Amino acid sequence: MEHSSRLSRWFDRRGWSDIIIGAPYVWLVVLFLLPFLIVVAISVATKTATAPPFSFGGEHPLVNLQGYQRLLHDTLYLRAFLTSLTNAGIAMVLCLLLGYPMALALTRVSRSWRNILLMLVILPFWTSFLLRVYAWMGLMGKNSWFNALLTDAWNWVVPVDWAVKSIPMMHTNFAVVLVMVYTYLPFMILPLYASLERLDPTLDEAALDLGSRPSRVFLDVTLPQSVPGIIAGGLLVFIPAAGELVIPSLVGNAASPMIGRVISDEFSSARDWPMASSVAVALLLLMVVPMMLYSHYQAKAEGEAGK
Amino acid sequence: MKRRPVFLLTVLCFGFAFFYVPILSMMVYSFNESRLATVWGGFSTKWYVSLFSNRQVIAALMLSLKIALVSATIATILGTMAGIALARFTKFRGRVLFSGLVTAPLIMPEVITGISSLMFFILLADWIGWPGSRGFTTITLAHITFSMVFVTTVVQARMSQADRAIEEAAMDLGSRPWQVLFDVTLPVISPAILSGWLLAFTISLDDVVITSFTTGPGSTTLPLLIWSKVKLGVTPDINALATLTVLIVGIGVAIAGFVMNRSDARRDADARLAYQANK
Repeated sequence: MEHSSRLSRWFDRRGWSDIIIGAPYVWLVVLFLLPFLIVVAISVATKTATAPPFSFGGEHPLVNLQGYQRLLHDTLYLRAFLTSLTNAGIAMVLCLLLGYPMALALTRVSRSWRNILLMLVILPFWTSFLLRVYAWMGLMGKNSWFNALLTDAWNWVVPVDWAVKSIPMMHTNFAVVLVMVYTYLPFMILPLYASLERLDPTLDEAALDLGSRPSRVFLDVTLPQSVPGIIAGGLLVFIPAAGELVIPSLVGNAASPMIGRVISDEFSSARDWPMASSVAVALLLLMVVPMMLYSHYQAKAEGEAGK
Repeated sequence: MKRRPVFLLTVLCFGFAFFYVPILSMMVYSFNESRLATVWGGFSTKWYVSLFSNRQVIAALMLSLKIALVSATIATILGTMAGIALARFTKFRGRVLFSGLVTAPLIMPEVITGISSLMFFILLADWIGWPGSRGFTTITLAHITFSMVFVTTVVQARMSQADRAIEEAAMDLGSRPWQVLFDVTLPVISPAILSGWLLAFTISLDDVVITSFTTGPGSTTLPLLIWSKVKLGVTPDINALATLTVLIVGIGVAIAGFVMNRSDARRDADARLAYQANK
């Protein structure tokens, strides 16, 4: 247990630490915790035609679990959850398959190249997220050069009977996963790079000298040591992808909505605050385990960095 | 003996093509004469002209910049305080809840943050009559809340790396605590504060989901404007806007990278000189 410094003790005595701690504390309690508790409370309220459209009285005094019951019985919600988890899961695996070799390659190039390439990985971060989604809308559309290229390749490979005029990519789950991989890939590469960069290259060499094949060295030496990075990066992709609203609304299939869309529709179109809140709380409960895993492995990865 | 990792480098090249081909394609098509944004119809800069003469776009950009400036500045002050608190005040009541509150907005799905803020503002207006209408104020409040925790993360990381002995030394040498804070601690963490501010600024400038929930009639930020246009399909003037964004950000990041590389190099050189002088 570390001792508080003399500086902080002085601030304590004068009451300044109360302000330094208190201001952000109060802000987060009022504008983050309180709104969230309101959502939890409304999730067990009853929908009414008043404004605001809910009450805690009526037939179901105080606690009304109808929202949660509908969540389990109405297939709309179950399907939306399933679509979200599948899309996010596939995006996470694809990010890992593409991001891992990229991160590993970044540790193998010369230092000056590495800085430039890392900057190129981060650069899309700083440009608009929306515009990166939009860039793919341009590529996936029916008349685009990219679609024409893929169509030609497809027609060349398959028998004549299967030939198509263009490949329907927009408004599919495929498009959602592709754009998710595109926008979230840096989230995967950066933690992976951070954990791979710390590995001791002499371990690899030792294993090679002792006669291991390179593939075995990777599986037995490199991969096990990068597990915290894999988990941190994977969750950093999975968590926001599961709750994603923008990407499915722009390139997704409206017939199989993801859960973010369902929450937003329940709230704005159906004006059903209790139902929207129930779905939101359920999403959060589903995410609690991944979130706790993330903060555990994040702390672990940072602890190793401090060594 | 060093083998060239051919497979890895191939994937790396593919990955960078994957990153940049869509962006380059978008930039090329911003100079497209044709109204059909995906069919090439000759070179033209007319979409840039139409972009700059579009009052809506300019007004939305101004609103976004105003929100980003105000929210990033307040978020930096609050986030830095929280970072200092977590890194230096090791024991205080409610620390567990506090560190939870600082982590949760980072990983909370944006839809939930957005919807809870909106419900909160609507109920607040019902209870105490404020905020009367949603717009600049409510968007800014929401942006401060979710961007301050990013500042906290950056500042806290820098502070736990910084050597606490320097602070103790300054105290021993007779500095007053305020002097220590302003002359020792803050300069050490100032790069973190600056990058925290930049992060908060870009997050605010880029946000769609939380803004779409906390905005009101008449307050359209640039991302909201782009979203409403893009929902209807690909349009050439958005290509032009995207090209300008990528260029501005690219130049900015390149300059920042260059400056940081140089100051790193200078610090290394200084450290070497100091070391040699001490020998």
